[in-house]
Amino acid sequence: MSWIRVSFLEACKFLKRRCIPNCIFAPYFRSDEPKKFAKVHKVFGASNVSKILTEVPEEQREDTVNSLAYEAEARLRDPVYGCIGAIALLQRKMVELQFDLSIARARLARYTANYSSSPILNDRSSMTTLSEFPVACGVLIESFGQNSSELSQDGLMNDFSQFPYTF
Amino acid sequence: MNSERCAACKYLRRRCPSDCIFAPYFPSNNPQRFACVHKIYGASNVGKMLQQLPTHKRVQAANSLYYEAQCRIQDPVYGCVGIISLLLQQIHNAENQLAKTQAEIAVLSNSHTQDSQFQQNFLLQQGNVGQSSSPSTQPSSWFK
Repeated sequence: MSWIRVSFLEACKFLKRRCIPNCIFAPYFRSDEPKKFAKVHKVFGASNVSKILTEVPEEQREDTVNSLAYEAEARLRDPVYGCIGAIALLQRKMVELQFDLSIARARLARYTANYSSSPILNDRSSMTTLSEFPVACGVLIESFGQNSSELSQDGLMNDFSQFPYTF
Repeated sequence: MNSERCAACKYLRRRCPSDCIFAPYFPSNNPQRFACVHKIYGASNVGKMLQQLPTHKRVQAANSLYYEAQCRIQDPVYGCVGIISLLLQQIHNAENQLAKTQAEIAVLSNSHTQDSQFQQNFLLQQGNVGQSSSPSTQPSSWFK
């Protein structure tokens, strides 16, 4: 295999091939991120990544590559559950929050009712309008039939501080 | 060789050996399951991933690979990362709402406590007024 001596990017370097001018990987796998392509390639394969990228509009390819890299990282850290482990944990947290919120709302309603019925006290607040929080993507936890302790033992990627998508 | 090939071997158009790594997790009655996984990961990668796991964990691994592949097919840009993003947003909103509700409870609880104290003081003073024989000791402007 011959190595091209001008600058070539990590994907083509990894694949030990010439980096052609319109290489689909070139804009998204820079030389300062050598492991990024390696991880994506290990999980998805170069051919599949190339197909996925050609199917999405060019302006969305960077996000596509980042999400693939995130999934690949999750799968390498947790070969059994990958990202699904993280989703299950987040769903569980969401269900707990919904429960806590319903308890708090009931308590607030009792306070408001008791407070407003007192002859000496004034009516100080109205009930807060609360929006509903349907849990995303249905109930995944039961379909995987795992409890939280077993999931966490598999070393899940539940550190979201490096999550690439901020809001 | 299995009398009936598994979905993976049918898809790959090869014979299905008795120790086929795919056969237990990609039965022939669900061809779409392997097609989905193959589209995103490729047969070779799936085989390697399953091979590297202990047997008792392969079912869950195959299921999670299938789920992730489905998410990626439905959303080629974000895949299941889009679901994680949505869940994080929902959790963020729910936590804010919970904090707000708890703050309102705290305000009402404090107000209720202060007013209860006020009521108690009021009742005590009423009792003291009835018992006292020296009007000059009572503050005359107390309840004006």
